[in-house]
Amino acid sequence: MAEKHQIDARGSYCPGPLMELIARIKQAEIGDELEVLSTDEGSANDIPEWVKKVGHEMIESFQADGVWHVVIRKVK
Amino acid sequence: MKILIVGGGMGGTILANNLARRLKHELKQGKSHITMLSASEQHMYQPGLLYVCVGRMATDELYREQTSLLEPEIEFHVDPVTGFQLDQNEVTTQSGKTYGYDLLVIATGSRAMPESVPGLAENSVNCYTEANAVEMWRQVRDFQGGTVTIAVGVPHKCPMVPLEVTFVLHDYFKERGILDKVKFQYTYPIGRIHSLAPVGEWAKGEFDRMGIQYETLFNMKEIDGANHVVHSEEGTQSHYDLLVAVPPHKGMAVIEENGLGQSGWIPTDRHSLKMEGRDNVYVLGDTTNLPISKAGSTAHFEAEVLAENIAAIIKLGGPVRDYDGKVFCFIEAGSNRATYAMFNYTQPPAPRAPNRAVHWFKMAYNQLYWASARGLL
Repeated sequence: MAEKHQIDARGSYCPGPLMELIARIKQAEIGDELEVLSTDEGSANDIPEWVKKVGHEMIESFQADGVWHVVIRKVK
Repeated sequence: MKILIVGGGMGGTILANNLARRLKHELKQGKSHITMLSASEQHMYQPGLLYVCVGRMATDELYREQTSLLEPEIEFHVDPVTGFQLDQNEVTTQSGKTYGYDLLVIATGSRAMPESVPGLAENSVNCYTEANAVEMWRQVRDFQGGTVTIAVGVPHKCPMVPLEVTFVLHDYFKERGILDKVKFQYTYPIGRIHSLAPVGEWAKGEFDRMGIQYETLFNMKEIDGANHVVHSEEGTQSHYDLLVAVPPHKGMAVIEENGLGQSGWIPTDRHSLKMEGRDNVYVLGDTTNLPISKAGSTAHFEAEVLAENIAAIIKLGGPVRDYDGKVFCFIEAGSNRATYAMFNYTQPPAPRAPNRAVHWFKMAYNQLYWASARGLL
């Protein structure tokens, strides 16, 4: 059964939110959703860019109370 | 209070020594007790492996006896922990002993896992263990020209290694006079050449000046050793004649085997450094799941905060400060130049142009490290 994982990458400059996502997605199962929390505005662009290139699914991206929530699904 | 520290790396050692000084009277009166359990009687200066790879440091310069670094009041055993019984406030060890505690600190560190990428272990070199660094030196020494590809797994210890290993190899081949026969192909997992944006910007200028090619959004999927090709998750390929890997890392197996954290990373509160869900268990250094650099300086600054807080818990009844995410990383930039990046959870880094003074300070720090491990710096 698909699970939802949250990656709290707020305040992460190094390795940064996208690198945290890349590390965690290896541990997830196909179909799982991963939500990245980031205070870095760049995450709203660089996470979707990588997700598109590698072939996973972008679900949503929104900002709330100064935190970006970027949600993706592992599809392969 | 019985304090048990599991792990004798940088974090555990600085914590133990700092705490022993703060609790000098309590230890003398028998009111407190500090025990450290480690997997090794030797303490390694891990950043030195970078220099071993290019023949600039001998392996025996990397080690000190762990007991020579510890304050005499600290009880030290080479007896790795195999079982954590957190509900009983006990750990069990390889020798079959059981150690109880009132307060536990887990600082077991991380390990490179080249075997987690198909073909990587058999077809690449890296600088993450003594044996691997020596083998890398042999292959680098025998290299007569061709493409050196740098491939980076995630997560990895010391975020500066991908750049530093590129710069020191560039220097090495230049000194040997074969730079015109060597092509560098640097790859990196995200959309710039370093995770820290200002460092990436600076390094991009250096790479362009030095003729180092780079490809971003490149995550290793598998290595075709027969054809000397790295295939990426993104569907691209990179040819190599010498493959220099920064392998993906995991926490130690004992952490995952005991159900303390997936892939060996323990869920940890970013400010108190408490293990999530536990009031008397703390986590240090690479072992945490925090979204910050897995680096010696991280463990160092966390250990200082934790030592102050544990001493305050004993003397004042509670902790006195939060860990703010502080990290400080030297960056060896080649040509006897270096710079550094310093940042925390709220302050981004603003690295300056590399210079010789920082490089020579880094060279001095390679020796000063032992004072740092003793908790003196």
